[in-house]
Amino acid sequence: MSLLDRHLELDAQVAVRPEPFGALAYHYGNRKLIFLKHPDVVRVVQALAEHETLADTLAACEIDEARWPSFERALSALTESEMLHERHAVATR
Amino acid sequence: MSATPSQLVDQLKGGLDAPICLTWELTYACNLECVHCLSSSGRRDPRELSTDEAKAVLDELHDLQVFYINIGGGEPMIRRDFFELLEYSIGRGIGVKFSTNGAFIDSEKARRLAAMDYLDIQISLDGTDAVTNDAVRGEGSYDTAIRAMEHLRDAGFGEFKISVVVTRHNVDQLDEFKALADSFGAQLRITRLRPSGRGADSWHDLHPTQPQQRQIYEWLLAHGENVLTGDSFFHLNALGEEPLPGLNMCGAGRVVCLIDPIGDVYACPFVIHDEFKAGSVRDAGGFSQVWKHSELFAELREPQSAGACASCGSYDACQGGCMAAKFFVGIPLDGPDPECVGGHGEAAMLAASAAERPRPMMDHSKPVRVGSPTRVPVSISRR
Repeated sequence: MSLLDRHLELDAQVAVRPEPFGALAYHYGNRKLIFLKHPDVVRVVQALAEHETLADTLAACEIDEARWPSFERALSALTESEMLHERHAVATR
Repeated sequence: MSATPSQLVDQLKGGLDAPICLTWELTYACNLECVHCLSSSGRRDPRELSTDEAKAVLDELHDLQVFYINIGGGEPMIRRDFFELLEYSIGRGIGVKFSTNGAFIDSEKARRLAAMDYLDIQISLDGTDAVTNDAVRGEGSYDTAIRAMEHLRDAGFGEFKISVVVTRHNVDQLDEFKALADSFGAQLRITRLRPSGRGADSWHDLHPTQPQQRQIYEWLLAHGENVLTGDSFFHLNALGEEPLPGLNMCGAGRVVCLIDPIGDVYACPFVIHDEFKAGSVRDAGGFSQVWKHSELFAELREPQSAGACASCGSYDACQGGCMAAKFFVGIPLDGPDPECVGGHGEAAMLAASAAERPRPMMDHSKPVRVGSPTRVPVSISRR
């Protein structure tokens, strides 16, 4: 399944701190620190929980579709570092 | 939309709203007298922050969304309110990594530490045998550190860290340090020796030789992803095409700072000197005011001149090296690092007269008593 169709949310152990370039995301569990290098990425990440899929979130945040692939890349890095996870995974835990 | 690494580094150099890596030396008191101690620790300073003052600083760091702090000293576990502050910090959502020589980690304390979340522990060790370690850290300190590691392992603490300052005498033990860490299920951290604090006197005899610098660089390239370095070896990047893992920039006053035991705020843990003091958490406006508005930090966040290194093809790779290392050997801040791998440091050090070399400030070393064992177990020559 494409990342765009997935139901993602920020892990409860992740804190996001706004910075001039975007934000810092810190995972208290695995101690990973990630730079969110654009304010739009920060907006999208924080809006994930309010929408069904990543594609829905991007649309709701009015991100131009031409930029979606770069958001997919940025967010797949966040899933690899466990900053984001599938919402269902929590519901069935 | 994704910034390239160099764009990100440029943004970080301009400073952040709050530090990423904040070191807080809780006390100058220490049971050891390591010859390279960055903070010349030994005796407690009577002006040390009180428990309430320390908690107020933690409240501020919470408001600034500082994710974690690095606690050190001195020996931080000497403070009677150590666990109280630890629990308060973690309770405020500020993770803690603390550095210790391990003397106060018995089986009971190890279990208490193992029960806490968001806590990392670094045990300092500077040799894989007692002779190598104790020459720098003092007699018995090797056994003390190993015992603390055993207590943490037995208590099920999980992955603690073993923190090594690389010197001329232990550089050949890097593989053994890694094996020791692996045997404890621990993570190895190696950092650069700096001529700060008591290191101002011991550095000349202890710092790695030029061939050893290459040895460190190659060892890090082979093991870098699994070994922590606190980004301390970026001056070695001039040795090859492949950069070491990390941001490879000097974070002083930009993403890093130090709070000392009496609340003074310095640009980084390696420059406890008035010239790099930005203010105090006791000043009006507290830590935030210092971080956001001090003149010193504003200057450090301006683009820095490459100075004498501007014509060198390696400047982009090494960034001119470490500000603190230059400062305490008397090299101008826009001059080469004393351990410049291109060999420019030697000449720059010779050009700086010993009389002009700044002395570290805030010396809390214990007085040397007649008849007591000599404080410095390696031969130290003042140059």
